[in-house]
Amino acid sequence: MIKEEKLNLIILLVLFVIPFLAYLFNEPYLTTLTTKIVILSIAGIGLNFILGYGGLVSFGHAAFFGIGGYVTGILASHAQNSEQMFFFLQFDGSNQILFIWLISIIICSFIALLIGYFSLRTSGVYFIMITLAFAQMLYYFSISWPAYGGEDGLSIYVRNVFPFFNTMNPINFYFICFTWLLIFLTILKIILNSSFGLVLKACKENEERVKSIGINPFKIKLISFVFSGAITGLAGSLYTDLNRFVSPSVLSWQMSGEIMVLVILGGVARLYGPILGAVFYIILEQTLGGISENWQFWLGLIIILEVLYARAGIMSLFLKDSKS
Amino acid sequence: MTISLFIEQILNGLQFGVMLFLMSAGLTLVFGVMGLINLAHGSFYMIGAFAAALFAELTGSFMIAMIASFVAALFAGALTELIIIRKIYKRDHLDQVLATFALILLFSEGIRWIFGAYPLYLDIPNSLSSSFNLPFEIIYSKYRMMIILVGIIIAIILYFLISKTLIGIRIKAGQNDREMIGALGVDVTKLYTIVFSLGAALAGLAGALIGAIQSVEVGMGEPVLILAFVVIVIGGIGSIKGAFVGALLVGITDTMGRFLLPSFFSYFFDNASATSIGSSIASMSIYILMATVLIFKPSGLYGGKND
Repeated sequence: MIKEEKLNLIILLVLFVIPFLAYLFNEPYLTTLTTKIVILSIAGIGLNFILGYGGLVSFGHAAFFGIGGYVTGILASHAQNSEQMFFFLQFDGSNQILFIWLISIIICSFIALLIGYFSLRTSGVYFIMITLAFAQMLYYFSISWPAYGGEDGLSIYVRNVFPFFNTMNPINFYFICFTWLLIFLTILKIILNSSFGLVLKACKENEERVKSIGINPFKIKLISFVFSGAITGLAGSLYTDLNRFVSPSVLSWQMSGEIMVLVILGGVARLYGPILGAVFYIILEQTLGGISENWQFWLGLIIILEVLYARAGIMSLFLKDSKS
Repeated sequence: MTISLFIEQILNGLQFGVMLFLMSAGLTLVFGVMGLINLAHGSFYMIGAFAAALFAELTGSFMIAMIASFVAALFAGALTELIIIRKIYKRDHLDQVLATFALILLFSEGIRWIFGAYPLYLDIPNSLSSSFNLPFEIIYSKYRMMIILVGIIIAIILYFLISKTLIGIRIKAGQNDREMIGALGVDVTKLYTIVFSLGAALAGLAGALIGAIQSVEVGMGEPVLILAFVVIVIGGIGSIKGAFVGALLVGITDTMGRFLLPSFFSYFFDNASATSIGSSIASMSIYILMATVLIFKPSGLYGGKND
């Protein structure tokens, strides 16, 4: 039973130490696994920003995760076989990871702006469904568009290049992802404590009151949605580099569900909740997967018990001042 | 393109549509009456198909297989409602999404456990495996025609059930004001169980009917579930009429899109890219339809209030 700040610090510390331990005990797989945890955490904190703090239940965040992933895969694949990308433009992709991140963030923000602009006109269950529909649209598009592998996905063989670091070294790549996690945690903490964050939380509580003091809630929600999409998109970009492969499954509704599950498992509207959720999810996947072929059955059972009896998420199990 | 091919595609769209209606009817009622988002509805579709395949294997009778699918899904629905679902009616949408997402995992893995990972096959009965000759030289499968008829008959039955019987009046009253019908002495808990299981049973029947055309496998329910959500959102959540109109719209848009768009694009591009562009856009068409409807009518065609 500890304070939230302390728990947050412990989580980061553990994540920091694991790859060194993995190196010491010669378990490189553990580093890859922790990298996956960190990337899913980034996707989760992106979603949690609007879901937890803004009350916007997006069931389509796989759209951004997948677009980030595909932008990375497409740029890298063009750079590798030096094929020209557009027929009107002399451009044959890039394998510079900094450039790829920039493009991923720009494109994901733009797509989030479009999706958000239409979806945010609705609310409640309609919002859940329309975000799902947009993600499905992109999913089916990725399956039936043959240029980049269609259903089979797209391999990029080597990770993209980061100046001075060899990204193929698991520990280097891990710390790149970990740095992104720290950056987003810091930015989000600043935003949530700012007046903007206050208004976003107010939109969740009572939209009418926000309107009555002269603030347009649509604008606030749209900006937050775009920001959230960009974060999750960057996570998708890192995920492609981690696996050196991207396939339509990153755009599927199961992916949206998975991101949402780890946000809720960890504890909604807690900044570090998704990290704990991702840790728990991956541990479950690994241990249950080792015990039984039907590990998802047990995962389902655990999630149901969690919903029915431990509603505030895993974070709250460790915390003294549990919010109700 | 001949007229007969065109009509055949319309009929295919209709068949797809009525099947979607069977799937959506329960979903829309469960949402309208209980305010529950049920992602696990696709699992009942799968359970129905597996029950039908099992009983067709055991008895050799298609009729018994269909009844078995209905009954199996009915019981699975009732059981799920009694054990888990009734605890989450009052929770927010987030908890409901999570719990029913988990139920999908339970059902899918459970079925995989019992039946193994390989798809099962359910055969169309001999009496329906041939084709009809319709006017304009149209040849159409008897089985698909039967699905259309079954779907329309069930739609009519549901219409009378909702508008003319006591239970239908209670369901409608429950949509408007749950507390009030409780206060008037209606056993709301029982009503919820009945609505939920009936919806599940219809989904199970849809699964069995389609299982004979496609294969019966784990995970078959989820793509249909997403389509059913599209249907009820287009039609307006809680409205049976909306579900029917929405289902036909989605069924026909999807089928005709796949049929017409590739040839439409072949006016502009060469054949290979026309096919790929056409089929890409066709697979997105119903989602474009849904987004368009929501932009102009944020609570669907026949939806009352927004939420």
